[in-house]
Amino acid sequence: MAEFLHMGGYGAYVWSAYAVFFVVLLVDAMAPSRQRRRTLHDIAARLRRESNRSGASKIRSTEIEGENR
Amino acid sequence: MHPFVLWFHKLGSPPYFHRLAGRFLPWLYALALLAGAMGLYGGLVIAPADYQQGDAFRMIYVHVPCAYMSLFAYALMAANSFVALVWRIKLSETLAMASAPIGAAFTFIALVTGSLWGKPMWGTWWTWDARLTSELVLLFLYLGVIGLHHAIEDARQAARAAAFLALIGIVNLPIVHYSVLWWNTLHQGQTLATAKISPSMAWPLLSMIFATQVYFFASLLARARATLLALEAGKDWVRQIALTQKVDAHG
Repeated sequence: MAEFLHMGGYGAYVWSAYAVFFVVLLVDAMAPSRQRRRTLHDIAARLRRESNRSGASKIRSTEIEGENR
Repeated sequence: MHPFVLWFHKLGSPPYFHRLAGRFLPWLYALALLAGAMGLYGGLVIAPADYQQGDAFRMIYVHVPCAYMSLFAYALMAANSFVALVWRIKLSETLAMASAPIGAAFTFIALVTGSLWGKPMWGTWWTWDARLTSELVLLFLYLGVIGLHHAIEDARQAARAAAFLALIGIVNLPIVHYSVLWWNTLHQGQTLATAKISPSMAWPLLSMIFATQVYFFASLLARARATLLALEAGKDWVRQIALTQKVDAHG
């Protein structure tokens, strides 16, 4: 095992190369699901706001008029 | 119309693409992992040490697949850019822009692993050699495309401007590919084309190339799906996904 990790004296270079490969691709692999979650979250939030506004628009507009007077 | 042409038109429809890509994705990831595991085992354990480079040659199994994919991703980005500019197909814009970050990632890995390989073999981390320099230019081209895409507010206009840049940059591809033949460089020649590599060293390399290729398509589809959701945010099919997703999140 130690010999395997040693890689004939090139262990530091070989394992660094493999580490870079895995870390960069892992970051790349996580990116789409993060983007997807954020997009869907934003859309759902906007839809909620829109339905709140259309449902409560009458009450709110009279309230604001009242405050202005 | 020919059924294939019809299917191709259907594929261009975002909801259809989103559904189809979603069905393929888990299989692509699984296939990439499987081929990658096989390639790594073959490359790190089974393949014998090189007679000149010893165990340092094992870096080939991450370096060459990524270098190859850096070119492949660019070619795919340019092809989609061309379609996007000529026919203004939303899916092509999306695929072109989704290729850029993955290609940049592969280019970055190729440069860093090449540097790690160069130090023990050539005695230097970096040299302004034709292959290395043109690969660095490739990274800058990717970063330029990504940067331009993010710099313009309107998503579709941004994609078309960046697609134009991607098309211009295609002149760099043959330079990267043939640099080891055209110029006298420090970089070694093509590994697989010369057929001088022993089969026990070659099959893990082919397996790794296959794995990165399949992974590229998985990442591409996943990114394209997410981008399409944002582009079509006002459409019914996206609303439905957003609302059901919300229900799922709350259990």
